[in-house]
Amino acid sequence: MKEVNLTELEAAFQAKIDSEVRIEPKDWMPERYRKTLIRQISQHAHSEIVGMLPEGNWITRAPNLRRKQVLLAKVQDEGGHGQYLYSAMETLGHSRQQSMDDLISGKAKYSSIFNYPTLTWADIGAVGWLVDGAAIMNQVALCRTSYGPYARAMVRICKEESFHQRQGFEIMCVLMKGSEEQRAMAQDAMNRFWWPALMMFGPSDADSTNSEESLKWRIKRHTNDELRQSFIDATVPQAELIGLTIPDKDLKWNEARGHYDYGQIDWNEFKQVVSGHGPCNTERIAARKKAEEDGKWVREAAMAYAEKKKARKAS
Amino acid sequence: MSALNTYILRIADDSLILGQRLSELCGHGPAIEEDIALTNVALDLIGQATSLYEYAAEIQNGGKTSDDLAFLRLEHQYLNTLLVEQPNGDFGMTIVRQWLFDTFRLPFYEALQQSKDAQIAGIAEKALKETRYHWRHSSEWVIRLGDGTEESHYRVQEALNFLYKYVDELFYMDDIDKEMIEKGIGVDLESLRPAFNERLKHVLEASTLSMPAYEWKLKGGRVGRHTEHLGHILTELQYMQRAYPNLQW
Repeated sequence: MKEVNLTELEAAFQAKIDSEVRIEPKDWMPERYRKTLIRQISQHAHSEIVGMLPEGNWITRAPNLRRKQVLLAKVQDEGGHGQYLYSAMETLGHSRQQSMDDLISGKAKYSSIFNYPTLTWADIGAVGWLVDGAAIMNQVALCRTSYGPYARAMVRICKEESFHQRQGFEIMCVLMKGSEEQRAMAQDAMNRFWWPALMMFGPSDADSTNSEESLKWRIKRHTNDELRQSFIDATVPQAELIGLTIPDKDLKWNEARGHYDYGQIDWNEFKQVVSGHGPCNTERIAARKKAEEDGKWVREAAMAYAEKKKARKAS
Repeated sequence: MSALNTYILRIADDSLILGQRLSELCGHGPAIEEDIALTNVALDLIGQATSLYEYAAEIQNGGKTSDDLAFLRLEHQYLNTLLVEQPNGDFGMTIVRQWLFDTFRLPFYEALQQSKDAQIAGIAEKALKETRYHWRHSSEWVIRLGDGTEESHYRVQEALNFLYKYVDELFYMDDIDKEMIEKGIGVDLESLRPAFNERLKHVLEASTLSMPAYEWKLKGGRVGRHTEHLGHILTELQYMQRAYPNLQW
């Protein structure tokens, strides 16, 4: 058998990436590529699952029958996204159980935005519009990511997310056309969610530790700052259209750049939230832990029953 | 209020209140697949309730909307059975409650499809398709948990022992039902008992669970006398409509 050395394998791998050939589960890949993907996909899957909590917080209090159904369907979609993403992650040899354990122990991260509370009905609008809107910027790019199962999961997810983003914006539109209290509620949600939404794109390029390699391997196709800028450019006109004020006094259109300039993001707040000190980190993890623990006897029973059934069939 | 209106509200309120209970669980299920499945059931139930409230609002013809009926009645004006307002408890309690309800709803909608009221028949036909899926799902879980581990068997048996006293109310009938049966609109619930009992027995056998040995029964929901739980359910359900009256959302 011909001995293939690591350098040759890596070169062949990079050549595939460069010629836009998707990497599939059985293909050889550098260990760091696998690890980076496991980290990113599991983080993404956890964000979907933890993201069900702040929105789920309003299902029982949704203001009318239609909104209740739309919100239930949305949160259910997020669960579905979590499910395909965990499956994509499993193709890299990392189990869902391991990944859940890592979430509960705090080892695995999820999007910092879900550590903010949903205090009013308008927050459900703001989450759909801004948070799903920011997520789409990332996810559209990920439909062309180099790892096949991840890219395919993202295609399906993106279709649903853009629907959620429109629904969120529609909630905000209705509020802005409503009473003074409703408009104030919408503006308050905007004030609280705008900056955390910008932080969703991650640290600025100068400080992003994982960016360079991810770009080389085409896991990522745009830098954090590029995606953040696209989000701002797309969202500011939408806010203006319905009469919401962006809570950034430095925000202004820069004719020369063809983009909006924006103020300084509070990276200290971001670091605090990512490292576990946001307003709801403890509550979110506690809720996941409780679901995991409360479900243990159920999962064990399902397994025991499946075993019994198999044994009966065999005999 | 007409008998037809009351008849519709009784069906609608069962769906709404159970849907509301299940939606409390969204994001907290024992596994993602189950979270998604229960949310789906909640969604179907709230969809059924919506169609029924729309029809009730139409026949009342008093300017009320389906949302007014769902969100703005007083506690004693809700006509759901006591079973559906019981707390979710552990997953065993949730699934046994669902299974008892689905086992009733299945023959109920089968019969209601034949209603002479075309709107009701149409709603029943659509709801029956959903209920078949719900029933299969909840029955399979009862079997799995009953015949799973010692712990799961104990938990579902306890849930059944607790909930069984609310089962009989599903078959509650009064003058409203009589009038609806005479008009060919409603279903004679007594006629559903054999099919209900047969289905129950089949699943109990497969799950190795036993029928509770007691005889007592509780009722009251169909005439607006509820357990302590309903007031709390409504506090959440109605919060926005009560805090911000007469607004569009």
